[in-house]
Amino acid sequence: MSILPAIRLASVVKRFGDLTAVDHLDLEVPRGSCFGLLGPNGAGKSTTMRMLTGQAEADEGIVEVLGHRLPGASRHARAVSGVVPQVDNLDDELTVEENLAVTARLQRIPRERRQEAIARGLRIARLSERAEAATRSLSGGMRRRLLIARGLVHAPELVLLDEPTVGLDPQVRQQLWSTIAEIQAEGATVLMSTHYIEEAERLCDEVAVMHLGRVVAQGPPATLIASHVGREVLEVDGAPPTLARVEHEARSAGLRTRRSGTSVAVLDAEQLDGQAWAQGERRKPTLEDVFVVLTGEELA
Amino acid sequence: MSATTTAPDRGGSLTVGVRQRRFEPGVVAAIVYREWRVFRRVWFSTAFGSIVEPIVFFVGFGFGFGALISEVAGLSYLEFMATGTIAIGIMFSALFPGLINGYSRRTERHLYDGQLAAPVTVAEIVAGESLWNGLRVSVVAMVTVGVAFAFGVRMGPGVVFIPLIAIISGFGLCATGAAFAAKLRSWHGVDIVVGGLIAPMFVVAGTFFPLDGLPRFAELFGRVNPLYHCVELLRAAAFGGYGLWQVLGHLGAVLLFNLLAWLVAVRFVRQALID
Repeated sequence: MSILPAIRLASVVKRFGDLTAVDHLDLEVPRGSCFGLLGPNGAGKSTTMRMLTGQAEADEGIVEVLGHRLPGASRHARAVSGVVPQVDNLDDELTVEENLAVTARLQRIPRERRQEAIARGLRIARLSERAEAATRSLSGGMRRRLLIARGLVHAPELVLLDEPTVGLDPQVRQQLWSTIAEIQAEGATVLMSTHYIEEAERLCDEVAVMHLGRVVAQGPPATLIASHVGREVLEVDGAPPTLARVEHEARSAGLRTRRSGTSVAVLDAEQLDGQAWAQGERRKPTLEDVFVVLTGEELA
Repeated sequence: MSATTTAPDRGGSLTVGVRQRRFEPGVVAAIVYREWRVFRRVWFSTAFGSIVEPIVFFVGFGFGFGALISEVAGLSYLEFMATGTIAIGIMFSALFPGLINGYSRRTERHLYDGQLAAPVTVAEIVAGESLWNGLRVSVVAMVTVGVAFAFGVRMGPGVVFIPLIAIISGFGLCATGAAFAAKLRSWHGVDIVVGGLIAPMFVVAGTFFPLDGLPRFAELFGRVNPLYHCVELLRAAAFGGYGLWQVLGHLGAVLLFNLLAWLVAVRFVRQALID
């Protein structure tokens, strides 16, 4: 069973009127991996996630989740996958514990294991002390932890996280990262969409960069960096005329550049040897450089 | 960074071996359970409304109209309008939650998206919410029976069927609200539903006056109005005097309406939720 990928998308198309949100997308997520879906807004990440959770149906192509073909076997797929949505949809009319108890019932976890599932959820959310609290009284970070825990009460084999840490402060984000790492350590497959590159670099074994509804590159972060942006980046700061000159020189030398704010990054900078214009700080390339090179877009 | 997050236990998914048929009554029960948990905290507003509303109707219509009309369709006017009041309570208490909750849960609170992440279908959600509201309005109906008693209305032993009639009628009316909710683009649309659907439904239903005297088109509307069949069933239960086939006819009409309302609601809500 480990040969089958956890998720398989083959030539998947999803249109909204004239807009093709997902355009012949091919993607395989290996079992047990933590897989990141990167892309700027409008790249098709959310639509892809929605197709995997059964909230959207593909117009063409094959969508398989843990061997269950969607949309027909969507119900079976949802029984073994856990969804953590981008939009907070906790049930504000219920307490913390009731949110988990209702989910356990919706999942139809057998009665004798329901308490175990609820306790598990409270533990993951680290809200055992506040089980009786009204959900609407929780802080933003607590809500997000509960949202994640709710998606995990039934110990799913696959966890789909849609922008799990968007809008959270750095401390809460780090807490969630450790939770996500633990889910994966447990053996579950994790698919997360994110536009925080650092998040993908730290957590994901493999990432796919999406652009205009397709995957434009896929692989382990280090491999993608090595194959797309070389070993070194030269970062040159300066006024716009200086930056323009650096860009011009670098391109004449056959190198790619990336402008962000008041600096220009020259990729594959290991090929440079002491040219006068090439004065600046040398640094290791990042996944963000790959992203910009591949999509032509800066991340916010 | 905190390292206190506890790793979930190993041991595989807790849903292994759980049946996944097209329609699972267990999910409907889970939806009802959710509503019950909420109701335990907000029951007072339901109780208050279900007591005050019929009192207003009894004082206004019962004493107001009752002074002018002595008898309608073999019943005293107070008896006639008492069953009408029960039916209106059933309609308001089932259709409005279907409409208001249906809209806010879909668009503002994203509650359905959360529920549908589990192995749950729209058909089960609509069935669960409609069943819950049916159960809830059965209590509302019995409170109205109590208010009617206080106003001097004496019903027969068939009164024990009234909760059942309320459950059945409440189901379809809630589903009707859910169907309209799925088509609302903003809260303004509620005005259209109230003016165009709820007002004619509750007036032209033989609730406060019989359908017989109405213009032909209004009478025809009344005959297809599920509330008319609901109120006829209530009268049959409370005061008798109906033949078996008449009762079965009205029951069949309510059940047929329920099926249609549920199917349409499922279709519309699904269209609204799933791309």
